[in-house]
Amino acid sequence: MQKYIRTDRLPWIYCPGCSIGIATQMVAHAIEDLGLDFHKVVIISGIGCSGRTSGYFKTGTYHTTHGRAIAFAEGVKIANPELEVIVISGDGDLAAIGGNHLIHACRRNIDITVVCINNLNYGMTGGQFGPTTEHERYSQTSPPPFGNVEHPFNLVQLAASSGATFVARWTAVQARRATKSIAKGIKKKGFSFIEIVGACPTAYGRMNRLGDGLAMHKHLLEVADIQNGLPPHEAEFDYERRIVCGEFVNIEKPEYTEVLRQMHLKAHGQ
Amino acid sequence: MPERVMFTMGDIACAEGALSAGCRYFGGYPITPATEIAEWMARRMPEVGGAYVQYEDEIASITSVIGASWTGAKAMTATSGPGVSLMLEAIGLAVMTETPLVIVNIMRGGPSTGQPTRGQQGDVMQAKWGSHGDYQIIALTPASVQEMFDQTVRAFNLAERFRTPVFILADETVGHMRERLVIPDEHDLKIEYRKLPKVPPEEYLPFKADDDLVPPMALLGSEYQFYATGLTHDERGYPSDKENVQIELITRLNNKILHNADKIIELEEFMLDDADIAVVSYGTPSRSAKRAIKDARNEGIKVGMLRLKTVWPFPEKAIADLASRVKHIIVPEQNMGQIYHLVKEHALTTPVHLMAKPAGMPQYPQEIVQKIHEVSS
Repeated sequence: MQKYIRTDRLPWIYCPGCSIGIATQMVAHAIEDLGLDFHKVVIISGIGCSGRTSGYFKTGTYHTTHGRAIAFAEGVKIANPELEVIVISGDGDLAAIGGNHLIHACRRNIDITVVCINNLNYGMTGGQFGPTTEHERYSQTSPPPFGNVEHPFNLVQLAASSGATFVARWTAVQARRATKSIAKGIKKKGFSFIEIVGACPTAYGRMNRLGDGLAMHKHLLEVADIQNGLPPHEAEFDYERRIVCGEFVNIEKPEYTEVLRQMHLKAHGQ
Repeated sequence: MPERVMFTMGDIACAEGALSAGCRYFGGYPITPATEIAEWMARRMPEVGGAYVQYEDEIASITSVIGASWTGAKAMTATSGPGVSLMLEAIGLAVMTETPLVIVNIMRGGPSTGQPTRGQQGDVMQAKWGSHGDYQIIALTPASVQEMFDQTVRAFNLAERFRTPVFILADETVGHMRERLVIPDEHDLKIEYRKLPKVPPEEYLPFKADDDLVPPMALLGSEYQFYATGLTHDERGYPSDKENVQIELITRLNNKILHNADKIIELEEFMLDDADIAVVSYGTPSRSAKRAIKDARNEGIKVGMLRLKTVWPFPEKAIADLASRVKHIIVPEQNMGQIYHLVKEHALTTPVHLMAKPAGMPQYPQEIVQKIHEVSS
């Protein structure tokens, strides 16, 4: 891991029992497995706990404003299509404040890989409900006795229906399968979205009495239901009972920077 | 490319200036009265091997421009006041991570949706103070179609030299007026590029500045590894909540502009040598002022103009010097008075007279002549 991680920045800031360290390793292993030239890999994140991920990778890395990691990544990829561009960020960053950029990047089909660490709440600010928090769950801004008034996005369905060419979901305990999907996403010539369902024992776990980090990860293993190839609209997410995991979309579509390259050739009569 | 002559509008001159400066990435969102820049870029970028990318909003546009710049591309966006309002947070990010880029604001009537098709100069203070925190910005204020070209080339050069976002602040009248434009032979243009690191990768400190207060910039995809963040960071680029790190960074970011103000600021003196009264102006009102000054001179009134081609950093010394030479200063602005307050601050005891007009047409020459009569009597 020393090849990929800025060891001079360790220990990292995450709480005991948090899944972000696991997800960080998944990305590093995927890069290793693919044998990529690490100088040509760019890692970008937004704001929040998962937003700190980019800072631990020993390559060209950038920490954007809240929600804008994908927009930054698009600029990088279009200006230099030879780079391998990976966004790692959280559910709040990518699906709430950055939701508009997520759906439009899916639609544009730019060859970037988004790893979304979904911990079901805003952890960095102390545990408020977000776009993935289930109905009636407790958080600092959806306190007992009523809990969350709103209903969550299913991120797999959101990415798939917005046009992403590769969509997968795993929990943080399915490290090998998740790493393989991340590697597939990186290799895919198109927009890839990989959701990693993780645990936030400090905020979400405590507020909803879900146990410590170990208990939460054990639970994720129990409720994970692997259904590769299931139509994305059937990829159910019910934290208590069943989280459908697997690869749901892997399709071919013209990729943005490739179309742009063809346009340049045409403009010069080739 | 050899010299070309066009009869065209300010917005298109601006786009051509960007292309001549080497801009190969445009991220934007259509907005009146800056749309013609996007339209021209959409046609021209494929010809020069660049990218025109239309985003879902102005936030994505500017953020993608920051991303493109970090790969080494010269990159820009163009918008109007409402778009700049959306971009402000990212402009702060560009300042904090020292990202060279150009933002064009073709100013229209505001606040809010205002008068999209009418010009105004209401965004001068927004350009300086819009994003949160203490920072400096560079803003150039062209007043003709030719200057839209020239200043855009200069904006890219300043952005690269000082690793900072640079504004073109043009009002709608300048953006939409049509005049003769001479695009010089490409060999006659001075084009600058950012400093790249010269030390070996293991010795590189991404935010350690040279004597000019500007750090060399490594690019994404290069052999240099680095972390750039909007968080307060030390010379290694690592986040820090230490007081001295915050003070050192913010002081340097401000000083790299302020200490180089003399190199950044450009001014035009018009009939000022023997003047008793000076008009201080920028953009479209300066064109009315020129005519008014000629008319008043015909009546024997000694009046001239200091035209600001740069409003940020503000030319404090030039205003103080002017105030020591004249008896009155008149400031016509297409707003309720923005630059006026700075002129007043630096003019010390010399009376400064505001001609405020928060509307689409600039002050008419005869209105400025009338004001000259008032203050001279």
